[in-house]
Amino acid sequence: MSARANILGKLRNSLAGTTPRPDEFDERLVTEPWRYASENRITRLRSLMEAVQTEVHLCCSDNWPELVAGLLAERGITNLLCAPGKEHGRALQTHFEATEQNVRLMAYDRPVEAWKEELFRNVDASLTGTVGGIAATGTLVLWPDRHEPRLMSLVPPVHIALLKASEIHDNLYDMMVAQDWAAGLPTNVLLVSGPSKTADIEQVLAYGAHGPRELIVLVLEDV
Amino acid sequence: MSELFYDAAPNATRVAPGRKPQRVYPDKPEAVTLFGTCVVDLFFPEAGLDAIRLLEREGIRVEFPQEQSCCGQPAWTSGYREEARAVARAQLDILDRSGLPVVVPSGSCAGMFRHHYQALFADQPDMLKRVQALAERTFELTEFLLYVCKVQLTDNGAPRKIALHTSCSARREMNTHLHARELLKQLGRVERVDHDHESECCGFGGTFSVRMPEVSGAMVKDKTRSLLDSGAIEMVTADGGCLMNINGSLEKQREAFRGRHLASFLWERSNVPGKGGVA
Amino acid sequence: MSRRIPVTELTPDFRGRAEEALADGQLRNNFRVAMDSLMSKRANAFQDADEREGLRELGNRIKAGALSHLPDLLEQLEQTLTANGVKVHWAETLEEANTLVHGIIEARQGRQVVKGKSMVSEEMEMNDYLAERGIECLESDMGEYIVQLDNEKPSHIIMPAIHKNARQVSKLFHDKLGEPETEDVNQLIQVGRRTLRQKFMDADVGVSGVNFAIAETGTLLLVENEGNGRMSTTVPPVHIAVTGIEKVVANLRDVVPLVSLLTRSALGQPITTYVNLISGPRKPDELDGPEEVHLVLLDNGRSGAFADAQMRQTLNCIRCGACMNHCPVYTRVGGHTYGEVYPGPIGKIITPHMAGLDNVPDHPSASSLCGACGDVCPVKIPIPELLQRLRQENVKSPEQPQQVKGGGAKFSRTERWIWRGWQTLNTRPTLYRSFLWAATRFRALSPKKAGPWTENHSAPVPARRSLHDLAAEHLNQKGGRPS
Repeated sequence: MSARANILGKLRNSLAGTTPRPDEFDERLVTEPWRYASENRITRLRSLMEAVQTEVHLCCSDNWPELVAGLLAERGITNLLCAPGKEHGRALQTHFEATEQNVRLMAYDRPVEAWKEELFRNVDASLTGTVGGIAATGTLVLWPDRHEPRLMSLVPPVHIALLKASEIHDNLYDMMVAQDWAAGLPTNVLLVSGPSKTADIEQVLAYGAHGPRELIVLVLEDV
Repeated sequence: MSELFYDAAPNATRVAPGRKPQRVYPDKPEAVTLFGTCVVDLFFPEAGLDAIRLLEREGIRVEFPQEQSCCGQPAWTSGYREEARAVARAQLDILDRSGLPVVVPSGSCAGMFRHHYQALFADQPDMLKRVQALAERTFELTEFLLYVCKVQLTDNGAPRKIALHTSCSARREMNTHLHARELLKQLGRVERVDHDHESECCGFGGTFSVRMPEVSGAMVKDKTRSLLDSGAIEMVTADGGCLMNINGSLEKQREAFRGRHLASFLWERSNVPGKGGVA
Repeated sequence: MSRRIPVTELTPDFRGRAEEALADGQLRNNFRVAMDSLMSKRANAFQDADEREGLRELGNRIKAGALSHLPDLLEQLEQTLTANGVKVHWAETLEEANTLVHGIIEARQGRQVVKGKSMVSEEMEMNDYLAERGIECLESDMGEYIVQLDNEKPSHIIMPAIHKNARQVSKLFHDKLGEPETEDVNQLIQVGRRTLRQKFMDADVGVSGVNFAIAETGTLLLVENEGNGRMSTTVPPVHIAVTGIEKVVANLRDVVPLVSLLTRSALGQPITTYVNLISGPRKPDELDGPEEVHLVLLDNGRSGAFADAQMRQTLNCIRCGACMNHCPVYTRVGGHTYGEVYPGPIGKIITPHMAGLDNVPDHPSASSLCGACGDVCPVKIPIPELLQRLRQENVKSPEQPQQVKGGGAKFSRTERWIWRGWQTLNTRPTLYRSFLWAATRFRALSPKKAGPWTENHSAPVPARRSLHDLAAEHLNQKGGRPS
């Protein structure tokens, strides 16, 4: 007998004569305590994210590239991983070229194996989009894809994320339902709620454990 | 108990019982049975007597069946189910004779009546009915005084700072952790001071204290330390087991600080000698 | 369970280890401070008692619901994961699980494994198993890394190195890695970061645990703060997830309350920094992520616990650690005293099914039954009730049917006779009253030593008169009706 058959057999045997319990999920318990007036969503998300050392900036669809340029200059960062295949990547490129920024824009355009060393050692910052945010927990939701692969939001020490104000949901449950996640998920979905951190030594909070040391969120208020 | 199971099958997957609604208290009865508990019986009998006096002052006739002994808890928590069951049945027979409400000056023994007897007799439907009826009419002393007697205490003592230790059974099984505080609040010249890690177990745990003396000893040491550091003159508690543990440890450590049973404390503070006909 | 990794030299029994731990002032302080902080963080994260209780009830119902058709759910999970391109393996024993993992690594000629935090891999003692076969298996969670570096085992399921303070970590990094000594936690963490980033790049295989396996969508959900879990499951070309069969839930939406309960109960965080939902290996048009994803479903005694409806409730556990954070025993003796993978209250009720009660005979007794664990359990496992049950199984005589593996380990004919005597005393009123009479009358003759009790207490001396006596007198005077 295979392990599979043995395990399932034992479990079935233990349940003989019983009926499965009915589905007792009560969505009110995960939604009602976590509802916000639309004008409070950004405030809630912002205060929670700032509490875990995330920088949150409010901006618009036409001025964010300028803000990014400023943030990079402040930190002396001269290269940025961003996706030319995405609208926001192109907008950034256009702005940086027009304003002659001294920043090298890099693209994640080959399999990770082809440039692992470079990705880990030479990329100082990345910029990605998000598929939305969650006010209840101060969370960004990322669905990595070909243009913005999984490691783009993890390996570079600084991660800048764009979040459309209209895509901030009250809570995770609402977002799952609104975007019909149960119908099919991409290979990887990430909920990100701050820069990487640990409290494994004496419970002292230290940021920049294995992932980004800094997370910067640009909330686009007009979209 | 029935709510524990989704279907009748004994092997059905269990869910936790739902939240219990706040206990609804009956009107003050004419008479009650006092279940003294074995620890109070042998080591703190004055506390039992003071409980009787407090109840009588509220106009309640108190019965104390001489056949009572122990609720059965020591065997039950030690894994000796059959022995616990035999003792529990004996107490049930005695308490069912009058069917009066049962007042218990100890959280853990009250918890035994109200909760664990149902587990002891889960497989005996006829017993279960009696056990459930007993659970309904069992009250820990503090809740009985506060919500059934609606007692109003007058403080006749001198100003005094005290610490209060609440037993884990009172806190978690009986939900009476705030009752003693409320009663003490009625005493105008008594100041209750918090002690460090107040809600933590004193380390008694019945036979735990002799099976794991190292760990239990560390717990009671910490508890007595925080009581000594609290600035209180003495400690009160409504549980005989905790009292025996804490006082025994204090004495072993040659500390003068002591705890006493809440019933004695309440009686002493609120009694006017010569009044009420009891000395 | 065999203990192949030499932990620091510990005595073989719980009480002996407890005694050593209790004498270690540094250790006790480390735990007390940490547990106090974790308790207050949890309390802050659940400020609304109604919300908390409603959510715990929901958590309990979701887990119980899943267990009530566990075999079907496991088959569904296998089917959806397979459709997503994840290979599913089944293991009844630790040996089978290790063989499976080793086989997957060998097929890729892997030599270096990097591991995210996984308690199931601790059950398997995977690091050691692979090391014996020439494969380096490195922990990447900061706490686990520290513990592995010191040749220890985790002392807490969420905070593996909580028994160490910064000075001890500093000394360890100095001795083992040649790093300059510093008690600055940030600097210590950066040492870990530097070392492990290289390992993520070099690793052939990444291993992780699973917090929730979602049958509906074929998804493995992992929570973490550090990012090492994401690294381990994304950078190496192969990802092997190992998990217990009880981790499956029916629907994606079920994880909404469960994740909230988990992170708030464990760390007081509304959510962890990362929640990582993995639903398959890298697709042809994707540029990163593992080429292969495997899931090993481990039994290791779980089906034994499942067979008993009362003990089945142990499988609700979502491994948050709140029970140990709130346990006055754990707080004082620390995780290593338990001598097994899972310490604290939850360890006491799940280990017997894995290791056999006879291997952990003191576990059920190591509790004052204060009930703090059951109070905070996010999925409402009645831990004190189950401890009590295990105490019954522990003292069963060999003639009685054993319902738990290794039951009857604490059976003693003498003790049973003592309890029989106690029963006789307490069921015969005349005898009991005679006992009271004798005990009070001859109180001066009470023994000065009363076994272990007098290690911590003065000898108990009965009162001059029993309550039976006083009450009879009082009620007679009052004209009451003593029966």
